[in-house]
Amino acid sequence: MAIPVSYNLRNLVVRKTTTVITALGIALTVAVLLAVLALVNGLRTAFQSSGDPLQILVMRKGATAELSSAVTREVFQDLKSMAGIAREGDEPRASLEMVTVINLPSVDSPTGMNVTLRGILPVGVKMRDDLKLQDGRWFQAGQREVVVGKSIAKRYPGAHMGNKLRFGRGEWEVVGVMDGGQSAVNSEIFGDLNQISSDFNRADGLSSVLLRATDAATVPALINSLNDDRRLGVLAQTEKSYYEAQTNSGALLQYLGVFISIIMAVGSSFAAMNTMYAAVARRATEIGTLRVLGFSKNSIMLSFLMESLLLSGLGGLVGCLLVLPLNNITTGIGSFVTFSEIAFNFRVSPEIMVIGVTFALVMGAVGGLFPARMAARKEILVALREI
Amino acid sequence: MAETVIQTKQLQKEFIRDEFHVVALKDVDITISRGEFVALMGPSGSGKSTLLHLIAAMDRPSGGEILVLGENLRTLSDRAIAHWRNAHIGFVFQSFNLIPVLSAVENVELPLKLTNLKKKERMEHAETALNLVGLGDRMHHLPRQLSGGQEQRVAIARAIVTDPDLILADEPTGNLDATSAQDVLTLLSRLNKEFGKTIVMVTHDPHAAHFATKSRHLEKGELLPEGQVPVDWTVPAKA
Ligand SMILES: Nc1ncnc2c1ncn2[C@@H]1O[C@H](COP(=O)(O)OP(=O)(O)OP(=O)(O)O)[C@@H](O)[C@H]1O
Ligand SMILES: [Mg+2]
Repeated sequence: MAIPVSYNLRNLVVRKTTTVITALGIALTVAVLLAVLALVNGLRTAFQSSGDPLQILVMRKGATAELSSAVTREVFQDLKSMAGIAREGDEPRASLEMVTVINLPSVDSPTGMNVTLRGILPVGVKMRDDLKLQDGRWFQAGQREVVVGKSIAKRYPGAHMGNKLRFGRGEWEVVGVMDGGQSAVNSEIFGDLNQISSDFNRADGLSSVLLRATDAATVPALINSLNDDRRLGVLAQTEKSYYEAQTNSGALLQYLGVFISIIMAVGSSFAAMNTMYAAVARRATEIGTLRVLGFSKNSIMLSFLMESLLLSGLGGLVGCLLVLPLNNITTGIGSFVTFSEIAFNFRVSPEIMVIGVTFALVMGAVGGLFPARMAARKEILVALREI
Repeated sequence: MAETVIQTKQLQKEFIRDEFHVVALKDVDITISRGEFVALMGPSGSGKSTLLHLIAAMDRPSGGEILVLGENLRTLSDRAIAHWRNAHIGFVFQSFNLIPVLSAVENVELPLKLTNLKKKERMEHAETALNLVGLGDRMHHLPRQLSGGQEQRVAIARAIVTDPDLILADEPTGNLDATSAQDVLTLLSRLNKEFGKTIVMVTHDPHAAHFATKSRHLEKGELLPEGQVPVDWTVPAKA
């Protein structure tokens, strides 16, 4: 019923240069959008893989992150004895932790990047089920030893096994590398709580407590009783929701990226429009001829719209190819909440590619609409007379 | 009495542009019967193309009546006209107007895309038409790989592939050398004689008019009575 698509394809081939330039403009726009989405996607995966739904993170009331929270040993003693906390033998599953930020020189920035340092007790290590040693051994109590996350080991030359890191009051030996799956732990350094807290003069100024509830049903009850206890003055939330909230730093990035891509998209749509207007003008005689052969105004309109969609679809596919090499590249981003660096992988998922091609097609539709309408509305004789 | 294919009554066409307006056709009454091959002649600007365009419903009259194949063209919608033109009219342009990116056979197949024919049937019809115009061996050539005369023969194949009732040609030999023109005129004459096609051909060339069964002359938008030629018209010798 309609003008064959091969007609449009061949016209795109005939004017190769404009086709390539226009498609590349669209491809770049799509690539920018996809890179940002892949980055946010990777960031989200890192944070969402962190945290166990059974575990509760307790910070001081008013604190938005572990870094700005302070918890005393006295509060910890009170917390430990609360009902609903899982126990292993006699020992409650409650981990007192201290979090601070230290500066380490990195591959990308010789002046150093901020890295999260966590002082932790053996129970805290045990409570992180997904955490495994990739290399070496765990730090020992009372020793100036640390275990680094695998992203840290990869990105900081000084943080390799056997090396010494300098922070606090002296040197610390790297005795192991840990693997936290996709979680944010990969970007942290763990050491003995007592050693670290005394190095930083915070023997009684610790950061947070991680608790494990006996079962899923008691999680909300435990959170409520913690939050309602005015004497404790703490804020309790599931570990999962804490980490999910951290993704907000990705949201800002996402807004910025989407904003830039929309501006670029406006430009690319105009480029597509310009290309299509030129095509309509150059093919006026053809349009008139097609009408004389009996093709309707609608089929002319559809044909030019199709051509614009083919052009932009091509750009979209090229854009996807451009970002594909980013897949699984590890990079770091400064988290606005924790003031430290989180390493994560770009994740170019199929969903992201579908978004990219769709985005390109929208640009093509917007850019092609007016030229296609102009082509359809031409009077036959006017079209035939144009050269 | 043969069936009337085209009948106009007091057909009028004016072009109004800014202040002045041009009367391109004035009270044209013409009747063309099935099987005729009419040469439409007259000086430049006399309204030949305009009349042809009105017959093909490529433009709408300013006044009068026009009945083509029993259809009152003034009452049809754009959509209906497109369909009607595809089914009943084959149009041949002075400058061929082939689609440059499509091969000869694809150009000829194009009007059949609007029919219910299957791909295989469309190709068969297109090949038959190309064979008829003597270009069976040039099916897959692009227009730019053909000579002007060959291009016009492809255009004629495209005009006849739907087996239309009426072939309209606007100076089909205007852009051709003498030999190619001869081929095209012979072809049109054959379509008229062997296949009984009704043809209206606009031409400047008295020699071309000899291939037609009848000539009609326009002068300043008016159709001269049958048999009458403009005063300064010298009847050319037969080729
Ligand atoms: N779109 C238009 N706008 C204004 N005037 C027009 C238009 N089309 C045709 N005319 C005028 O109408 C008159 C008839 O034009 P037409 O094209 O029918 O002449 P013609 O006999 O085909 O001439 P030629 O032999 O040069 O092709 C001319 O005076 C022309 O200027
Ligand atoms: Mg003319």
